[in-house]
Amino acid sequence: MTVGTPRVGVITFPGSLDDGDALRAVEIMGGEGVALWHADHDLRGVDAVVLPGGFSYGDYLRCGAIAGHAPILDEVRAFADRGGPVLGICNGFQILCEAGLLPGALIRNASLRFICRDVFLRVESSQTPVTGELVPGEVIEIPIKHGEGQYVATSEQLRAIEDEGLVVFRYADRTGEVGEGSNPNGSLDAIAGVRNEAGNVVGLMPHPEHAVDPDVGPTGGQPLFAALLASALAGARA
Amino acid sequence: MRFTFELLVTLKPGLADPQGKAVEASLPALGFSDVSDVHVGRHVRLDVEAPSEPEARVQVEDIARRLLSNPVIEDFRVLEPSGSEGGASAG
Repeated sequence: MTVGTPRVGVITFPGSLDDGDALRAVEIMGGEGVALWHADHDLRGVDAVVLPGGFSYGDYLRCGAIAGHAPILDEVRAFADRGGPVLGICNGFQILCEAGLLPGALIRNASLRFICRDVFLRVESSQTPVTGELVPGEVIEIPIKHGEGQYVATSEQLRAIEDEGLVVFRYADRTGEVGEGSNPNGSLDAIAGVRNEAGNVVGLMPHPEHAVDPDVGPTGGQPLFAALLASALAGARA
Repeated sequence: MRFTFELLVTLKPGLADPQGKAVEASLPALGFSDVSDVHVGRHVRLDVEAPSEPEARVQVEDIARRLLSNPVIEDFRVLEPSGSEGGASAG
C-alpha cells in the first residue's frame, strides 16, 4: 500500500502536548504524519506509532496510568505484537510502561524538581526502530522536560533489563561518560530509554521530536526519526 | 448492598521514595530531629455495590491490581475496617 513515504501515526490523548511537534518531526524528516485519537480503536493503517509527551488525562493517579487503559492501546498492543515499530516519548514512555509493553516504571525526579534542559545521551543499542542509524557508544544531544522521569525497577527486573541488553539510552556527559553528575533525575543505571525483548517497542524520557530543527536547538532527534521512518518503510514493504 | 473499602498503595521496599525523602528532610526545621524512614503512599476509599462482601472484595482487589497500583513499583493493601469482623463496612 505504502509507496515510498512511510506513514507514522501520533496518538493524541486528552492532555497530550507534544503530538503537534511529533507530527511535525515526522514531516520534517520526510514521512507522512497521521493524527490518531485515544478513543478510537483504529490505527488508520499506519506503519509506525508514536505516543507523544504531555500529561495524558491530567496524569492523575500515576503518570500514564489512565492512558495505559485507553481504547487505542488495544490496537497499539496488537500492532506491537505483530512487530510494528512503536515509540513512546516522555509521557508516551510512561504510558508504555504502565501498559506493560515496556519494563520498569517512571517516578518523580530524585530532586523533586521539574527539569527542562538539553542533555547528552549515550546510545546503548542499535537494535531498535529508532537507533538503526546510530552505533553503541555514540552520543546525541536532545532536551528533557519532565518532573517524573526517574526510571526505576526492582533489582531482579533491573538485572534482567541489563542482562538482556534492553537499555537503549543512558544519560551521559558530552564524551559519553556515565556518572552521577550527568544523571538529571536519579534514574537507575542512568537509564533514559529502554526497549522490549522483541526490540520493536522503545520508550525514552528525552524528546527527540523537539530536536530535529536546527533553527531551534540541537538536532540529536534527527537520526531517531530517520531510523523510525526507515523501519516503518521496511515494515510497510514486508 | 453497598460496601465501603479503604486501600493503601505504597512503594515497594527498596525503591527510591523522593516524596518520603523530601518530607524527612523538612522535619528537622520543624524541630523533629529523631524521625527517619519516612515513606509517602496513597490512600483510596471507594464504595462497591455487590451481593456480598467477598464479591465486592474481589472487585476491589482487581481494581487495585489493574489501576490503583503499578505492580512494578507498588504494593497495595485492603484495610480491615475498625470495628468490623474482618469485612468491609456495609452501608
